[in-house]
Amino acid sequence: MENRAMEIVKKSRMVSRPTTLEFIEHIFTDFIELHGDRCFADDKAMVGGIALLDGQPVTVIGVQKGHTIEENVKRSFGSPNPEGYRKQLRLMKQAEKFHRPVILFVNTSGAYCGVGAEERGQGEAIARNLMEMAGLTVPILSIFIGEGGSGGALALALADRVWMLDNGMYAVLSPEGFASILWRSPERSSDAAELMKLTAPDLLKNGVIEKIIPEAPEGLAENLEYTTSILKRLLIEELNLLKSLKTEELLQQRYSRFRKYGEFTKEEHLSV
Amino acid sequence: MKLFKKKNYIRMNPPEAVSVAEAETPSIPDGLWIKCKNCDKTIYTKEMNEYKICPSCGYHFRLTARERIALIADENSFEEWDKDMQAKNPMNYPDYDKIIEKAQVKTELKDAVVTGFCKIGGYDTVLAVMDSHFMMASMGSVVGEKITRAIERGTEKKLPVIIFTASGGARMQEGIISLMQMAKTSAALNRHEKEGLLYISVMTDPTTGGVSASFASLGDIILSEPNATIGFAGRRVIEGTINEKLPDEFQTAEFQLEHGFLDKIVVRTEMKNTLIQILKLHCQKGVFENGK
Repeated sequence: MENRAMEIVKKSRMVSRPTTLEFIEHIFTDFIELHGDRCFADDKAMVGGIALLDGQPVTVIGVQKGHTIEENVKRSFGSPNPEGYRKQLRLMKQAEKFHRPVILFVNTSGAYCGVGAEERGQGEAIARNLMEMAGLTVPILSIFIGEGGSGGALALALADRVWMLDNGMYAVLSPEGFASILWRSPERSSDAAELMKLTAPDLLKNGVIEKIIPEAPEGLAENLEYTTSILKRLLIEELNLLKSLKTEELLQQRYSRFRKYGEFTKEEHLSV
Repeated sequence: MKLFKKKNYIRMNPPEAVSVAEAETPSIPDGLWIKCKNCDKTIYTKEMNEYKICPSCGYHFRLTARERIALIADENSFEEWDKDMQAKNPMNYPDYDKIIEKAQVKTELKDAVVTGFCKIGGYDTVLAVMDSHFMMASMGSVVGEKITRAIERGTEKKLPVIIFTASGGARMQEGIISLMQMAKTSAALNRHEKEGLLYISVMTDPTTGGVSASFASLGDIILSEPNATIGFAGRRVIEGTINEKLPDEFQTAEFQLEHGFLDKIVVRTEMKNTLIQILKLHCQKGVFENGK
């Protein structure tokens, strides 16, 4: 039986779902795409560059999927390799140098799984991004426009604000993976999706995201402008708010945002 | 289509669900004789001392956190923190409490990491040791919180931090909250680093998944033990994707050293001395402090 959570998972993965580059085109002007990690390659599953948001320069980066098989092959179906995460890091450090906020679009089932990815340090690439983002001195906003899976999504989501579209999702792994690893029955993916609390309302309740961005009743692809006009307005408002913070306050709030996650029996936080 | 039809054959029922991770754990069972996972030789357990290295091939058996601490910390110097912290059930995963309880009985630990203060060769150090015998040392709230607190205490007291990592990855039974532990621990390390403090990561068998994609990979210096499994994606997952078998050395410590992701592979008998040497090299600042 398919439930609401699994329906959302399927919607988040639809090939027709608008991609990062389409969001960029609708929200920003003067976008120039920048390529390469300066180490190994240009990962086409990760796109990024500089653009103007209402006249203000910003760095925008996101995971890029395709609408066709050919494009998806080129984009590794939106699963970045280490060079993709390292390109993201390079552009974020560049943003820091020029005092530009960073806006990230997340849409990935997870980091690419392959021999080359392991040889080039997929784990290290994600870990490095997490540590560097914790200390990046410019605001970071992260928007889940589709799928969000595992560490490969988190590498774009250690942010001051994390938002999600109505039919976005975010989970520790895919419901199929969850069902097959924990229950050894991939056919129970729908049960897993339900249990995993991976939908936008669940994540809002758990404090994993701060805002849900609405999709048009006729569908995201059918009326992208509906969503992007709201998103654009919210981004401008939020950046104005974050701009007023001192760097230390910004970093302290970001630290606290992630410090709070965890459920355990309370132990006194003893000082040494 | 008859051509492709298989003949009837007897179907063997697969054995009752033994967790793969546990079935493959090369730990030492009680008993006098055990078989080495690597060379298949039978070893008289008394021939192996506390280092738990196969006398004939040098294979490093997995240690418990307590065994590890006994090898690394100076005698009677270890002071444990947050000893009784236990998991809750953030996702209401069915029977999570029972799974935890079983692991607790088996390991005599409350969760998969032991943290505390100790001296190593006389040097004050924060030490965290993960234990793969506890649910394959998967990282949930307790592991994430204890590691984060240990790093924060290191930052506060200006102490070096040493973490012996071992993990199958995020603890899936805790859902998205387990993923957030990667962010939490990495953020704590960012603060430790900004204070100019030393962090040594020692990747032990196995260090994979979310732990490899967070604090394990962030050491100023990263050590490992011979033949430890280190990688992000599971070997079988990759084999399934590319549809071929991967060579034995794939995702070993030796493979990681070759690809530039480790500083040094250290045999267990030399680990403490190596750590002391590194601590010694960091106990005074270099003379080139720009702008001060």
